[in-house]
Amino acid sequence: MIPPFETFYEAHRDEVLRYLNSRLGGQRAEDAFQETFLRALRAYERLEHADHLRAWILTIASRIAIDEVRRRRPHDELSDEAIRHEDARPAFEELAPLTDGLPPKERAAVVLRYGYDLGYDEIGDALGTSDGAARQAASAGVRRLRKERT
Amino acid sequence: MTTVTPELDARFRDAAAAAGLLDAAYDVLPDTPLGDLLVGVTDHGLCRIHFDPDPERELESLARQFGPRVLRSTKPVERVKLQLDEYFAGARRSFDIEWDVRPLPTFNQRVLSELARVDYGTTTTYGRLAAVSGNPKAARAVGTVMNRNPIPIVLPCHRVVGANGKLVGYAGGLERKEQLLRLEGALL
Repeated sequence: MIPPFETFYEAHRDEVLRYLNSRLGGQRAEDAFQETFLRALRAYERLEHADHLRAWILTIASRIAIDEVRRRRPHDELSDEAIRHEDARPAFEELAPLTDGLPPKERAAVVLRYGYDLGYDEIGDALGTSDGAARQAASAGVRRLRKERT
Repeated sequence: MTTVTPELDARFRDAAAAAGLLDAAYDVLPDTPLGDLLVGVTDHGLCRIHFDPDPERELESLARQFGPRVLRSTKPVERVKLQLDEYFAGARRSFDIEWDVRPLPTFNQRVLSELARVDYGTTTTYGRLAAVSGNPKAARAVGTVMNRNPIPIVLPCHRVVGANGKLVGYAGGLERKEQLLRLEGALL
């Protein structure tokens, strides 16, 4: 059974705030904190099981932190170096232009798998699907990319 | 070590409730004349009043009945709190609050809506309540419905007594039943 949101929130709120502080700091971290848990709340009733909730909420937080960094900086100033510093996951940026054309679910699965190095169980959580469906979406995405390149 | 400040915490809880994202919101009202009370509400109305709350257990029960998005939040509960304060102060005789008993069996819902018509300061019996609910022989079953009343005080199961006038039972303890009836002037 999925725990009551209160229990989940109490268990992870401090860690999420620490993570966002390390990425964004100050007021921006507090805004991102609220956005992270509101987004989790919107997706919460669609979760199929309670495994990997920590990975799930940290994935949401990291996506929000990345969006926030992008939003605050004009694109031309956004060097790869800055992304590396803010995110420490350069692979995500390298994958972005490549995966732009994929259907949303496949794109998310490919980016989470090969950009963030998440396991299929964690990807399934992030997308609200089963491990198997996450694996399938990632491999369908990779197949589509291969096809597009030839 | 960074921890979430009370301000940031309250800001999130308020935003979650304001965005309509909760299946149920609850708060614990400390130090009422009947002790700590846990009060739960949904979009449909008041769904829980619990004596001597064990929040963890109550959360799970709320999540099972209404959905997993259960969060402590002060604002949605404010109106109920205000009316309870007035009631305990003797300044309110009826509650102007919708209630949400959707998860209960039809029989329980029927009995509780009859219960809601029992006036402040009066009492009825299990048998009479069974009769007006359409089943005069169901006094015992009515007793069980009272025992499992999810919204005591507001749905006034304290006003239901035995045929001999004895208080009989109360899920929150007989002392509290007596206290409520005294407050309402139904007991001297």
